[in-house]
Amino acid sequence: MRALSLHLAVLALLLALHFVLPAYHHANLARIMVLAVFAMGYNIAFGYTGLLSLGHALFLSAGMFGAGLLIQHFGLTAAPALLIGTLAGAAMAALTGLLALRTAGVSLMIVTLMFAQAGYLTLLYFGAVTGGDEGFPVPAAGRVAFGLNLAAEGPRYLVALGLFALALMGNLALVRSRFGRVMVAMRENEERSRMLGYNPFAVKLGVMVLSGLYAGAAGAFYGVMFGYVGATFATIPYSILPLLYVLLGGAGVTLGPLLGAVLMFYLIDLASSHTTAQLAVTGGALLVLVLFAPKGILGSLRERGLASWLP
Amino acid sequence: MASVILQAEGLKRHFGGLKAVDGVDLALNAGEIHALIGPNGAGKTTLVSLLSGRQVPDAGAIRFDGTDITRLPAHERVRRGIGYTFQITAIYAGLSVFDNLALAVQRGHTRDLSRAVTEAAARVGLEDLLPQIAGTLSYGHQRLLEIGMGLALHPRLLILDEPTQGFAAGEIEGFMALVRGLVPATTVLLIEHNMDVVMALAERITVLDQGRVLASGLPAEIRANRAVQDAYLGGSHAGD
Ligand SMILES: Nc1ncnc2c1ncn2[C@@H]1O[C@H](COP(=O)(O)OP(=O)(O)OP(=O)(O)O)[C@@H](O)[C@H]1O
Ligand SMILES: [Mg+2]
Repeated sequence: MRALSLHLAVLALLLALHFVLPAYHHANLARIMVLAVFAMGYNIAFGYTGLLSLGHALFLSAGMFGAGLLIQHFGLTAAPALLIGTLAGAAMAALTGLLALRTAGVSLMIVTLMFAQAGYLTLLYFGAVTGGDEGFPVPAAGRVAFGLNLAAEGPRYLVALGLFALALMGNLALVRSRFGRVMVAMRENEERSRMLGYNPFAVKLGVMVLSGLYAGAAGAFYGVMFGYVGATFATIPYSILPLLYVLLGGAGVTLGPLLGAVLMFYLIDLASSHTTAQLAVTGGALLVLVLFAPKGILGSLRERGLASWLP
Repeated sequence: MASVILQAEGLKRHFGGLKAVDGVDLALNAGEIHALIGPNGAGKTTLVSLLSGRQVPDAGAIRFDGTDITRLPAHERVRRGIGYTFQITAIYAGLSVFDNLALAVQRGHTRDLSRAVTEAAARVGLEDLLPQIAGTLSYGHQRLLEIGMGLALHPRLLILDEPTQGFAAGEIEGFMALVRGLVPATTVLLIEHNMDVVMALAERITVLDQGRVLASGLPAEIRANRAVQDAYLGGSHAGD
């Protein structure tokens, strides 16, 4: 009950901010909400199930290019393109999972990283279609969904919020479900879970697909909402980004990805107005985290018993 | 003659030169409590690992309820009704007692999960500790939780690997009553070092020594067996 109220309160706050935020921060927050959906998907795999992937940029870009290419080359409208893009993320995750989940731990990190790199190189190789390094702008006609012009600030924020709300409540329901309990069980003790009759491979594959669904949705919406699709989103930094958000906000906490995304976004924003070494800032932030709050902000709160009820 | 629920033939499992299980035949009668005894390092845990699917045998075959399960993965065997409790307690230390039990209970697609979990907890006397984090339980309670999780699967065959290890004397009485109450609905394969428990519970005993079956039979036969006395029951009670 407390948890549900908190989640609804966060959503209400995000809605209220729509009416009061100055334009600059309003635009930022729309971006952050979509990136938080990406990180939520990452959290489902990493935070709850213990699957440390370094290849989530592949699922993000599968969604982004899935939607973008359909609009660009086949003249699809935004709604079906967004849906198909989302599913493309899930499909790519299923494919990756089928092969990569035969490994675990460090090997899983390396294999997922290699898959993502292969995806990136594929995008470059088919540059004639994908726009290669430069990517392509999404045509204005393909940025209208259900009569809402996603290129305009107001509708864009509300659509981002709608996506975020759906993702957050879905995440909450997931981690409170029986399957959510099994996810955590896999993270805590795989061998024990097997001896309770759970097939670790099947559970983890299911988790990867869900995670890919979130990443695909984030990629598709990001591309269509902000009007640009490019291979940069398939590079390694975009695989590390959700990991950072989750580590900062709190792994295995539903609200961790949002908190992490907000803080990290503004940290980088702040840093880049003072220095060009944004990567050093992210690196430094990561170091501080691992040393002083390995469970992230919300994770530490939960562990200290200040909010042990956080899902 | 009771029907055989599990039959193993010629099971072998070697670790390099060490023959942990070396050609074991074993038959478990449905509805019986069957004890597996033997000195430390005899191969008892390895043998039941082969039965439960945690390890793959180098040779031999296992039939459960008429079908060959030798190649089935462990989780599939659990689904078919082979429950297993670990010798070294393997609970989810970071999760609550409730969640530990729920993970076993929900396998049965129970509607009212919290009621079923409370019942599962009550069977091992942990119903008042449901919200507690399992890792903070006393050792005895952790053992009980381990057993409770095995029971909550409602297995047709329950393999208990040294369940009473770490129990206080008073807890052993309760445990014996619990196991007696399981048969004949459930078949029990019990690995146990405490001979009082073995003699009080077992309807049939198999003695393992250096990976081989030294003797198998009724408790009275085992007690009278010279080879068993020399190797195990006699003065040289190895290790523990
Ligand atoms: N994974 C393994 N690798 C190498 N040797 C092993 C392995 N598992 C068991 N062994 C060895 O196999 C032999 C049998 O071990 P096992 O654990 O089955 O004995 P046990 O009868 O259960 O003993 P205990 O009464 O101490 O539990 C021992 O010598 C042990 O050291
Ligand atoms: Mg043993």
